[in-house]
Amino acid sequence: MTPGDPILFVNNVTKRFGGLVAVNNVSFEVREHEVMGLIGPNGSGKSTTMNMISGALKATSGSITLKGHDLTRAKTFENARFGVSRTFQLVRILPELSVLENVIAGAVFGHKRRWGAEAEAFAAGLLERVGLAERITAPVGSLTYIDQKRLELARALAGEPSVLLLDEWLAGLNPSELKVGIDLVASLRQEGRTIILVEHVMDAIRSLCDRCLVINSGTKIAEGTPDAVLSDPDVIRAYLGEG
Amino acid sequence: MMPASLRPLLVAGGLLGLAGFVPLVADGYWLSIAVTILMYVALSTSWALFSGPTHYIALSTGAFFGIGGYLVGLGMSDYDQSFWAMAAIAPFVATGLAALIGWATLRLSGVYFVIFTLGLAEMIRNLISWIQNNFLGSRGLYVLTDLDERHIYWMLLAITAGVFLFGWRLGRSRLGFALRILGNDEEVARHVGINTARTKILMFMTTGFVAALVGAVVAPRYYYIEPNVVFSPELSFIVVIMALLGGTRRLYGPLLGVIPFTLLWEVISVSFPNATTMVLGLTFLLIVYGIPNGITGLLSGFAARRSA
Repeated sequence: MTPGDPILFVNNVTKRFGGLVAVNNVSFEVREHEVMGLIGPNGSGKSTTMNMISGALKATSGSITLKGHDLTRAKTFENARFGVSRTFQLVRILPELSVLENVIAGAVFGHKRRWGAEAEAFAAGLLERVGLAERITAPVGSLTYIDQKRLELARALAGEPSVLLLDEWLAGLNPSELKVGIDLVASLRQEGRTIILVEHVMDAIRSLCDRCLVINSGTKIAEGTPDAVLSDPDVIRAYLGEG
Repeated sequence: MMPASLRPLLVAGGLLGLAGFVPLVADGYWLSIAVTILMYVALSTSWALFSGPTHYIALSTGAFFGIGGYLVGLGMSDYDQSFWAMAAIAPFVATGLAALIGWATLRLSGVYFVIFTLGLAEMIRNLISWIQNNFLGSRGLYVLTDLDERHIYWMLLAITAGVFLFGWRLGRSRLGFALRILGNDEEVARHVGINTARTKILMFMTTGFVAALVGAVVAPRYYYIEPNVVFSPELSFIVVIMALLGGTRRLYGPLLGVIPFTLLWEVISVSFPNATTMVLGLTFLLIVYGIPNGITGLLSGFAARRSA
C-alpha cells in the first residue's frame, strides 16, 4: 500500500544512561502504511530507540508523538493504549497461559479492546493469520522457536496497533524459517500496517522496507530507500569499519 | 456453556447451605474448630486471590487482621462504639492502609516485597503497642458482646461465601485476566496496556479488606485484646502455608489446605504444644519439596495421568 501521512514523530530524542549517550538527538517520522527499517551495528542505539517508542524507557530529552498522543512521558501501558505494540528482542511468551490466551492478552487492555467471545474469535483469527491455527490447543511449552515468535506477533497484532515495533523479529530463525518469517512480515505490509523493524538480516531489509534509517553510536547517519542507504559510504564504513 | 459454568456455583451453594447447619449439630469443641477453619478459609482464599496469580507473597495478613480486631476493641472499650459500627469501619481503614502500603511497596519485586511486607506488619504491631502503652493507657481492650461462637461462625460463613463469589467473578473478569498476565510477565503486561500498579494495588486492598473484616468479626472470641496478640506474625505465615498446601491455582485450593492443616495444628497444639513452630516449618518443607502446586496440583496430576 502507498504510504500515507506521517503519524509517528520522533523529534530530537536523546537518551543518556549516566555518562553514556545511547541515542543522540535522533529525529525521524513514520508514515501510515509504511514499513521503516531501523538498522545499524550492534550497540548503536536501535533497541533503545524502540524502547523509547514503546515506553519501556523514557527519553532524556526530545519528544515522541503518535497521532497527536504524547508518548514521551507516558507510562508503558499508556503507550500501548495510544496504539504502540511490540515484539521483544528475546521472545516473551506467557508460559502459564494457553496459546489462545496469549493472543487474547494483547486484545483486552490495549488500543482496540475486545472481551469474551469476541476477543476469542478475533484471537483465533490472528492465530490463523500468523500460521498457528493448528497449534491453537497445543501446550505453550511445546511451541518451536518460530511458533513462539508467531505467537508473540499475533499478540502484538491483537490490539490493532497504529504502529507495530518488531525488534529483531527474524533473528535466530534458520534459513527455511527465515523465508516463512519474511513472507509473513511482507503480508503484514501488504495489509497496510505501519511497522518499524529493527533487523540485521539484509535480505529482509531490502525486500520489506520502504525506507531505512541508519544509526551508529546513537546518531542518525543515513535515511532513505534500502538500496540507497546500504550503498552509502558512511553506512558501509559504520558496518565494516574504516577500510 | 451456561450449565457447565454454573455447576461449580451450584455445588458451592449446596456446600454452603450444609455448612450453615454445622452450629446446630456440632458441640462446643467442634464448633470452635469449625470457626477456626472458616476464619482461615476466608483469609487464605482472599490471600490467594492476589498472591496466587501474581506470585507476590504478602506476609501482611496478620497486620490487617490485627487492625480489624484492634479497632473493634479500641472502639468498644474507649469510645463506646457498638461492635457493628467498628466491624463496619475497620475494613475500610485497613483498605486505606493497604492502598498506601501497596503504593509504596508493589514496585518492589520478589523477595524484597516479601521481606518488606513482613517488616511492615511488625512495624505496625510495634507502633500500635507503643501508642497503646503511651497514650491510650497501658492496658488491653475488652470486646464484650452477646455474640457466641455460633454467630461468629455464621458471620464468617457469610464472609467466606462473599470471598468465593468475588473470586469466582474475578476469574471471569478482565481484572482477573490482567492479574494472570502480570504474574507471568510484568513487562509484557505493561506492553499490552495493563496498568500493572493499579491492578496490584486494587487486589492488595481487597485482601486487606477481607483480613480486617475477619479480624473484626472474630474479635468477640478473644474478649480481651492486646496489640501483641492480635497482630500476630505467625498468622501471616500460617495463612500462606495453608494456601500453598492447598494450591493457589484453583479458587477452592486454599480450602483443601486449611482443613487438614487446622486439624493437624489442633492435634499438635494439644499434644505437643512446644512443637507448633516445627510443624509449620516441616509443612513448608513438604510443600516446597513435595507438592509445589499444592493438594489441588497433586489431584489434577492424578486426573491427568488417569486420562492419559
